[in-house]
Amino acid sequence: MKMLDRVGRASIDLLEYAGGVTLLAGESTSFLVRLRIRFIETISQCYLLGVQSVVIVILTSLFTGMVISLESAVQAVQFGIGSLVGGAVAFASVRELGPMLTAVVVAGRVGSAIAAELGSMVVTEQIEALTSMGLEPARFLVVPRLLALVVMLPLLTVFADVISIAGGMWIAQTYAHISNDTFISSARQAIGFEDILKGLLKSLVFAGIIALIGAYQGLSTRGGAAGVGKSTTNAVVTSIILIFISNFVLSFVLFGGH
Amino acid sequence: MRSAIARLDDVSLSYGDRVILRNCNLDIVEGAITCIIGLSGAGKSTILRLLDGLRKPDAGHVYVRDHDICHMPESDLNEVRRKISLSFQFAALLDSLTVGENVALPLREHTHLHDEEIRKIVEDALESVGLANTFNSMPSELSGGMLKRAGFARAIVTRPELVLYDEPTTGLDPIVTHLITDTIVRLRKLLNGTAVVISHDLQSIYMMADYVAMLFEGAIIAYGTVDEIKRSINPIVQQFLQGSEVGPIPI
Repeated sequence: MKMLDRVGRASIDLLEYAGGVTLLAGESTSFLVRLRIRFIETISQCYLLGVQSVVIVILTSLFTGMVISLESAVQAVQFGIGSLVGGAVAFASVRELGPMLTAVVVAGRVGSAIAAELGSMVVTEQIEALTSMGLEPARFLVVPRLLALVVMLPLLTVFADVISIAGGMWIAQTYAHISNDTFISSARQAIGFEDILKGLLKSLVFAGIIALIGAYQGLSTRGGAAGVGKSTTNAVVTSIILIFISNFVLSFVLFGGH
Repeated sequence: MRSAIARLDDVSLSYGDRVILRNCNLDIVEGAITCIIGLSGAGKSTILRLLDGLRKPDAGHVYVRDHDICHMPESDLNEVRRKISLSFQFAALLDSLTVGENVALPLREHTHLHDEEIRKIVEDALESVGLANTFNSMPSELSGGMLKRAGFARAIVTRPELVLYDEPTTGLDPIVTHLITDTIVRLRKLLNGTAVVISHDLQSIYMMADYVAMLFEGAIIAYGTVDEIKRSINPIVQQFLQGSEVGPIPI
């Protein structure tokens, strides 16, 4: 009976969580559609959430591109297919690793920051103060962060794609003596504009996940400092899991088996 | 007695298994300062949140100007809230904004006033609580008493009809407590409005209250002017006022 009880409670909690995030998404979207947006705050969030993530995204994507190239280039040359390395690096970066790794890194940095900030505001009654003044916390706090991430994550992803390919090209030339022309030519043959767009579409979905999960966790914080810590951890863990799951679903839907 | 601006009508509310209010009735008299006293955790702050529509009762009704705010859509409730202000125990200023921006927030969001007009109103509000020249300070730079007064400035800047003060003197020294109490009385007169104050500080209450209501075990067990409450024959009220450990209140 206890086991059934636990399963039942966990199911209710899961449904409650999903419902809460869905309601927050709906409320935020309705403000976006009606253009009830705090533009100056959104620009400020673009800087805080996006621009300040550039360095960490550069480092992650650079070393990811370099390691793909390192693992594939030397062996590819031995098998006489060194001219395909550029394609392999670009393919992996643009379609999968660029959008996903950028989202994971941003979830760690930004998702946690959103949850911690909003969680602190809950425990210090700032959210209640907003409601008491007749201001909607979703419009006031969630919409600027959601919009900022929807704008900035695709830009960071483009950045990550370029840096990753550049890093791979440098390693391919240094360790496998594959010329830059060969690398670029292979990359251009392997990926099309459509692949880049589909990768960016993924990053839009990931942006929504990071902002909404972070905001929901923050706004549903209970207790004091311990509650804020718990919300922050949950925001990062849940966002990353959802990013991996949705990445698979999106790859399946967008790319099929191709 | 003057008419009531707000009213709790048979309100019951529980948090889980814990009963906070049980068939609680209370009239908030217009144009007066009503102080609510009671033990810690008795549900006094909950009453303020019910009056502001931040909590919904499990049963009963909360009326503000004869409108039942328990069953209002959020958009209508926000309209009612523009006539009510809640001053929080720890001020609850947004720590990312300056004091001036905090006080200006309700004006920026709810009016079409120009920046210069808003600046003037905010500076006047800050001056009325003795915080002139703090417009550009961050909340973290203010002392506890100054923070509470900044919270008052934000609460009165829209000239609400009803101001709710949640433990405005808790944790302050006697001089600042006197200053805060005096400020509440002055602001009530300035706005020509109504105030509800939650406090444990009996001296402050005697100084400012027109009416006192004592909350005990989820219900208002005594209500009247300061003199009436002091003369109450209810042993619970007398034990509370005397701060005695001996009496019917379980410790």
